[in-house]
Amino acid sequence: MNAPYIGQSVKRLEDQRLLTGAGRYIDDIKLPGMLVMAIYRSPHAHARIRGIDLTAARAVPGVTDVFAANDIDMNLPEIPLRLAPFDGFERFLQRPIAANKARYVGEPVAVVIATDRYIAEDALGLIEVDFEPLPAITTVDQAAAGDTLIHEDAGENMGTRYTVGRGDTDKAFADAPYTRRERFVTNRHGAVPMETRGLIAEFEPDIPLLRLHGATKVNFFNRRHLAAAFDLPETAVELIETDVGGGFGARGELYPEDYLVPISSRRAGCPVKWIEDRRENLTATNHSRDIVCDVEIAATEDGCILGMRAIVQGDMGAYIRTNGGVVPSKAAQFLPGPYRVPDFSCDVQFLITNKTPVGTFRGPGRFEANFCRERLLDMMAADLGIDPAELRHRNLMEPADLPYRIGELVPGDPDATFDRGNYPSALNRLLDEVGYDDWKDRQGDIIDGRTHGLGIACFIESSAAGPPESATITIRPDGRTEIRTGASSVGQGTETGLAQICADGLGIDIATIDVFHGSTTLVETGGGTFHSRNTVMAGNATRIAADALRDRALDLGALRWNCETAGLDYRDGAVRRSGESLSLAELATFAETRGERLFADATFDNEKKLSYSYGAHAALVAVDVATGMVEVKKYVLTEEIGRALNPAMVQGQAIGGLVQGLGGTFLDHMVYDDDGQLLTGSFADYLLPTSDGLPEITAIALEESPSEFNLMGFKGAGEGGIVAVAAAVGNAVSHALCAHDISITELPITPDSLRKALRDIGA
Amino acid sequence: MTSNHRITLTVNGQTQDCEIEARLTLADCLREKLNLTGTHLGCEHGVCGACTVLVDGAAVRSCLMFAVQAQDTDIKTVEGLADGDQLSDLQQAFHDNFALQCGFCTPGFMTTAEAFLSENPTPTRAEVQSAISGNICRCTGYVSIIDAILDAAARHRGDAT
Repeated sequence: MNAPYIGQSVKRLEDQRLLTGAGRYIDDIKLPGMLVMAIYRSPHAHARIRGIDLTAARAVPGVTDVFAANDIDMNLPEIPLRLAPFDGFERFLQRPIAANKARYVGEPVAVVIATDRYIAEDALGLIEVDFEPLPAITTVDQAAAGDTLIHEDAGENMGTRYTVGRGDTDKAFADAPYTRRERFVTNRHGAVPMETRGLIAEFEPDIPLLRLHGATKVNFFNRRHLAAAFDLPETAVELIETDVGGGFGARGELYPEDYLVPISSRRAGCPVKWIEDRRENLTATNHSRDIVCDVEIAATEDGCILGMRAIVQGDMGAYIRTNGGVVPSKAAQFLPGPYRVPDFSCDVQFLITNKTPVGTFRGPGRFEANFCRERLLDMMAADLGIDPAELRHRNLMEPADLPYRIGELVPGDPDATFDRGNYPSALNRLLDEVGYDDWKDRQGDIIDGRTHGLGIACFIESSAAGPPESATITIRPDGRTEIRTGASSVGQGTETGLAQICADGLGIDIATIDVFHGSTTLVETGGGTFHSRNTVMAGNATRIAADALRDRALDLGALRWNCETAGLDYRDGAVRRSGESLSLAELATFAETRGERLFADATFDNEKKLSYSYGAHAALVAVDVATGMVEVKKYVLTEEIGRALNPAMVQGQAIGGLVQGLGGTFLDHMVYDDDGQLLTGSFADYLLPTSDGLPEITAIALEESPSEFNLMGFKGAGEGGIVAVAAAVGNAVSHALCAHDISITELPITPDSLRKALRDIGA
Repeated sequence: MTSNHRITLTVNGQTQDCEIEARLTLADCLREKLNLTGTHLGCEHGVCGACTVLVDGAAVRSCLMFAVQAQDTDIKTVEGLADGDQLSDLQQAFHDNFALQCGFCTPGFMTTAEAFLSENPTPTRAEVQSAISGNICRCTGYVSIIDAILDAAARHRGDAT
């Protein structure tokens, strides 16, 4: 494939190694003399720890060390807040290992180090902990009641609470001809990447050096906090990224194990590996969603929204981890969506319960907000006798309304502004593509014994928040070109995308480019990979570096030829003047003779000006009233992403996100009993989407509205596929069951829940 | 539990002798004893399919089989799919169809598909969907994987692609 690469479906550079079994994921790394670590985790959701007996575990042949909190000779640090660090959260931070009390099933209580994992797990079974079980808080209502305190010193189970808004909601509601209030529940589920987490630490205090393999996502942030925790200079801490088997928000945050593995290595005096097993993964890695939202809408009789007000209650689990209040705060911020909602207010509550802590999962808060708002809009459309698409058109912001400053809907984020775009255009494209006009008057039609419904939903989604991103391009004398960036890859094809940009920027063959990413040893600084950032942030940094490198090549060419740069031209990987040229490799060699290198450093900073992707989803479903089974027959989505760097990879993001969203809508569900026991602790119980029963999918990336905040025009493309799935499907199922007056307000939508609702009305 | 056994098996065409504990799974034997780390573990109880390998041509979850049960078998792992640097039709089809993102589940999908296509070289789309429904992928949404397997089947048959 030849230039230009940008905009083409360039085949992935990552594939060769991953297809041949030559990828190097964390569990594939074996270091000489390495021991393994396993963790004894609390079997209780809430229990005082009265005593721990490690004697029998320590006696197992092959076990080199067993320790609990009291055996650790350092102040156990609090896991820091990285995002949405609202006042009050400082009372609920987690330390790496429970000392006196365990607050969720899966909290680390003791650690075994052994020569292999089989032996380590034998020893786990011999650890005896004297627990005094305490009542478990498993709902936000119990948490709010506060009869049992999870963190006694805090004096309450409210992590924090605030109200945000714009305009005068009370007035909007007081005068409104139409209002409706509903409660929506978005269930607890999570990222669940196929590769569980894992780490290897090499801690050599005498050098000093702490090298942590298996890092990803936000390595420079994590390095800073690990260095502080272990009282090391930052330069003594190296975070090394390996191939990564999926992130989706959950991997690469600081977790208890990011401290326990280094502690183990320091105690053992050798490298120590920890690989999470799947049962651990389902209780130890961040959960997400879990939002109860009471939302009320006010409108005119012809369906123009006057105001919205809501109470968002997030079940945060037992501690506030690195992601702080992202999930509920974003649910609140995105509740009004891409519509004109002049008056809006939201009471946002972050409640502490005896469950696994909550963090981000692809589209955090957006998935939840879209479900609530889009369901409510369909209810309003039915109440007012307005077609759902028409209702949306009456309320969607028009291009003339943009840019639109949304107000300080997240504390500390006063300037959030929707950038330019054309929301109605994205909806119209969807309606055309799904054949909306053919379906809108056939809602509830029975075809082959099943009732059918078509649901639509609109969304808006921010991307590329956070710190600047780095990229360095270096030309090697052998002709290879190297990109180094602080951005990580969690499996989404970052290497390919950055190489495309570099190849076009320098006019060179993409096959000559190597991309190195994510490790703190490669670059001075980096922002990391989250919030659909990589293409926007690292992509633009790469572009800026390529531009600077061309200038540098011209300077070197002028020196080499002893002439002015004015008469020189850069084209296709070489500096040229009439009749002769100097290739990048030749210039790199020349630079070397001068004791220099041919390279360029760049940083891209969007100065917190975010680009918003937006679009619409549609689902066509068939419901079997007798069994409650729902089949999604057809799914269409449109997403404006500014510019598609690699259309096939964009398509992969959209479809992958969408299918994950179908899981969140129908399957994925962390079920807890009243004692705080996770009942879905394995893949036999925690269900994920499979290839069976996939709908016919059309995912359309729109490139009508390039971002004005970066050279390349990119907007994030990683999350638009998932954010409106529950919304569109919830609407579709409700339309299908309109004759039965069933309205979806709670996720997941299961055959059980539908049958129960149908039974209750005698169907 | 800790009694050791000596087994002989063929892996990717090479005869291997291993001294192993009775409780060692085939997956751990491949990964830890034979250093064939291309076979990945996603759940360790037979649901996700990431660890699927071919045992005498059949797709088997190597996390559910003890290594001692592999005595005298002929095993093929993802490392044995390519012919040197030359990707197999299936691997090439995965590449060409963007059928992988993070790549962690990919070896299990390819070994599953390899066994499936040897039994059914002319599958329908629905048959492919069913054949891989015991493997979990979190990245792709499966569509590109199904496309790739159909593409590989067409390549095997020599159809124009």
